[in-house]
Amino acid sequence: MGEHTVSSFDEELGHIDRLIREMGDLAGAMTRASTNALLSSDTALAQRVISDDTIMDAKQRELDERAITLIAKRQPMAQDLRGVVGAIRMAADLERIGDLAKNIAKRVGAVGQSATPRTLAHSIDNMAGLVLDQVNAVVDFYVRREAEQLVPLRDEDEKIDIQYTSIFRELLTYMMEDPRNITACTHLLFCAKNLERIGDHVTNIAENAYYVMTGSQLPVQRPKLDETQMSVEADS
Amino acid sequence: MNMLTDAAVEEKLQSASKPGVSKMVGKDVTVHYGEKQALFGVNLEVPEKQVMALIGPSGCGKSTFLRCLNRMNDTIDICRVGGSIMLDGEDIYDPRIDVVELRARVGMVFQKPNPFPKSIYENIAYGPRIHGLASKKSEFDEVVETSLQKAGLFNEVKDRLHEPGTGLSGGQQQRLCIARAIAVSPEVILMDEPCSALDPIATAKVEELIDELRENYTIVIVTHSMQQAARVSQRTAMFHLGNLVEEGPTDKMFTNPDDKRTQDYITGRFG
Repeated sequence: MGEHTVSSFDEELGHIDRLIREMGDLAGAMTRASTNALLSSDTALAQRVISDDTIMDAKQRELDERAITLIAKRQPMAQDLRGVVGAIRMAADLERIGDLAKNIAKRVGAVGQSATPRTLAHSIDNMAGLVLDQVNAVVDFYVRREAEQLVPLRDEDEKIDIQYTSIFRELLTYMMEDPRNITACTHLLFCAKNLERIGDHVTNIAENAYYVMTGSQLPVQRPKLDETQMSVEADS
Repeated sequence: MNMLTDAAVEEKLQSASKPGVSKMVGKDVTVHYGEKQALFGVNLEVPEKQVMALIGPSGCGKSTFLRCLNRMNDTIDICRVGGSIMLDGEDIYDPRIDVVELRARVGMVFQKPNPFPKSIYENIAYGPRIHGLASKKSEFDEVVETSLQKAGLFNEVKDRLHEPGTGLSGGQQQRLCIARAIAVSPEVILMDEPCSALDPIATAKVEELIDELRENYTIVIVTHSMQQAARVSQRTAMFHLGNLVEEGPTDKMFTNPDDKRTQDYITGRFG
């Protein structure tokens, strides 16, 4: 894309892009760190994730202010307008990812050391890996303006959902085996749910990024079945 | 749940972007000023009772095209116009066409307000008088009042209708010129940068007026203000170096244009 006649316009757009990149990197790091903290009961690491969320919030506020000032000053059109509005939306999703990671970190103390069985730790670690790949990839594709890559990326979210359903079932089994597991497993369930929600935010980001780059919307996704809902009914 | 099927959504989108009935149609319009060619075969349809904005960098031919629509270029000796321009299916360059009558049907408002050096009343009454649209004083009074009403100027000038039009403010003068154009009941109003000499408040009033006029008139507006084109028009045509680059629904042109030149121009990336 060529440069604007007014070069400071390019600088302002570039700055907003950099903030998205930074927020994306931070969101990925927080997701990774919070899951690591959870699986290794590392409260110090968890604390760091909690304090990172303040940085995330500050970056989002900065991006919002810059985007609004840019709209007021430059009245962007076409891809510039889509870029600025898209950045505001993507920043909101990234900020929510930060919140969800913080929420996982906050549960580290509550889950305690003994309660995470090895197989379950493995499943959650797996799920976190899938989510983390998605977070990193979506920001990469956005920064490199690779719109077509976003289509398969969005479809990948289904794997996360499947993983979540299986963790949900696993946790139910542990709780039924021994009611003393219920507290820890409930916290873990929330953590898995948070990871699944992070995946949903990645999907939103992919949709926004696609619109920013192409000016058209990704086709509507087929409605998903919430399988956990069904297994609750089956189990009850 | 208010869910639309894909087909219904598609249909809705289609109808929103339909150009509607064409009031004027330009086919292969070429214009030469002496040796220099200013327009290279422009094909453009002007939809009825909508506002069409013509945009593009200086010298791209948008004003030249606008001036073809009521044969304003006839007044320039060295100007030659080729191709055809139809108004309701009638070729306006047909030798049997009365140019004066044509310009009553296709009125024009210019960049700089240019009221006649006469009273406000006479500025409006002049057109209907030479076209024989009114004869009695009561008829003139009526056409003056309704034209000024439609141009949103009546309340501001009703107590000084016999003072000179040139004594009004710039924005009022421009609305007086619009009232003057309306007075002969045109079907199409051409506007060549009608707000470029006006302050933001006067501009807003003219834009509001354009929006109201759309109900009864077909409007074609040339503007250098991208925001203005985006605000007032339903369809936008982009010109560049004497060619029509792209034409489409305004909403699409300003969010997701097809042509790179349009993109570059509206986003401020031009050369």
